[in-house]
Amino acid sequence: MRHTNRAVSTAVSAETIERELETGLGRPSDAVARYALGLGDDALILAQRLGEWIAHAPELEEDVALGNIGLDLLGHARSFLTYAGSAWEKSEDDLAYFRDEPEFTNHQLFERPNGDFAHTIARQLIASVYFDALYGRLTASSDPTLAAIAAKAAKEVAYHVDHSVQWVRRLGLGTDESHRRMQAGLDALWPFVDELFRPDAAIEVLGDVAVRPETLRDEFDRTVPAVIVESGLAVPAVAPAAGGGRAGVHTEVFGHLLAEMQVLARQHPGATW
Amino acid sequence: MAAASEQSANGPQQESTGTGPGSGAADHETWPLWEVFIRSSRGLSHVHAGSLHAPDAVMAVRNARDLYTRRGEGVSVWVVPSSAITTSDVDARGAFFETSEGKEFRHATYYTASEGVPHL
Repeated sequence: MRHTNRAVSTAVSAETIERELETGLGRPSDAVARYALGLGDDALILAQRLGEWIAHAPELEEDVALGNIGLDLLGHARSFLTYAGSAWEKSEDDLAYFRDEPEFTNHQLFERPNGDFAHTIARQLIASVYFDALYGRLTASSDPTLAAIAAKAAKEVAYHVDHSVQWVRRLGLGTDESHRRMQAGLDALWPFVDELFRPDAAIEVLGDVAVRPETLRDEFDRTVPAVIVESGLAVPAVAPAAGGGRAGVHTEVFGHLLAEMQVLARQHPGATW
Repeated sequence: MAAASEQSANGPQQESTGTGPGSGAADHETWPLWEVFIRSSRGLSHVHAGSLHAPDAVMAVRNARDLYTRRGEGVSVWVVPSSAITTSDVDARGAFFETSEGKEFRHATYYTASEGVPHL
């Protein structure tokens, strides 16, 4: 079902999506909503992790940079969750704050701990290139709301790619210590790359609404290893993690992340500030 | 050089201190300081927006984007190492800028238009 004929370039936000959905038009099917939920969870959980850097980054300027990237991701998450929730009469807050661990469908990469700055940059490199490839393709989705969210997000994640690439180069080609830490970060995060690109039966049935994850692997493989090698680092040769994030399987660190993210909303339901 | 790097990491040099160009990179505690100039979408020239710390020029442009252009202020950003800027001597400001006082003839309003001069 097509609703408002929105130009793809128009900036979209959770608020504009909510207003349009109030007209009752263009609500996603359950299957499309589940797809949007997965994308929203990926962005939400990574935004939460990046928020943990605020006041802890190596310099004030980097605090702001990581905080801005986190806020961009939070904006994407709010749009995806608002759209997904409209299929189930749930708000973005219902979905973010009142679901439990097995109901979150983010890939495990995004919940991995920040570690040191190099770990975070390694995670950012993998995540940003993945988002960049994904949103670039999702702008052609036959679902106009997903296409509009992706069009706005694509411009923002292009900058996130640049930020992480600049840092991988500097840490990889910097001192012995920065090189060692950057390689350790890549080694620690690399097992979680594979899950991002695994075929997903729930996506197969969505046709040209969704982007099949396995079709993004080529772009990732053309981009990321080249950055790693030109930075004097080695592409890790490690076995992939078991994964299962999209099915609600998470790593042991996830419960703590959720507790911190949800505690305020759960202790004071309906609070606004 | 060590003395100069301390100076350059903390701001523009003053002419009167006579320090040479230093490199903030020698200071492992703090990234060097950069001055940021932004040209707004309607402006003709880059205008000083503020300063920031960054490890190098490329990252300084990124940081400037995050710190000074998040609300659509600019279409172009310049960064300049603060150490590359030579300033006038703040302490000698009185003598340096003492100009117009008592010299009204330097202002256009000093002169009266002569009768019969058109287009003035």
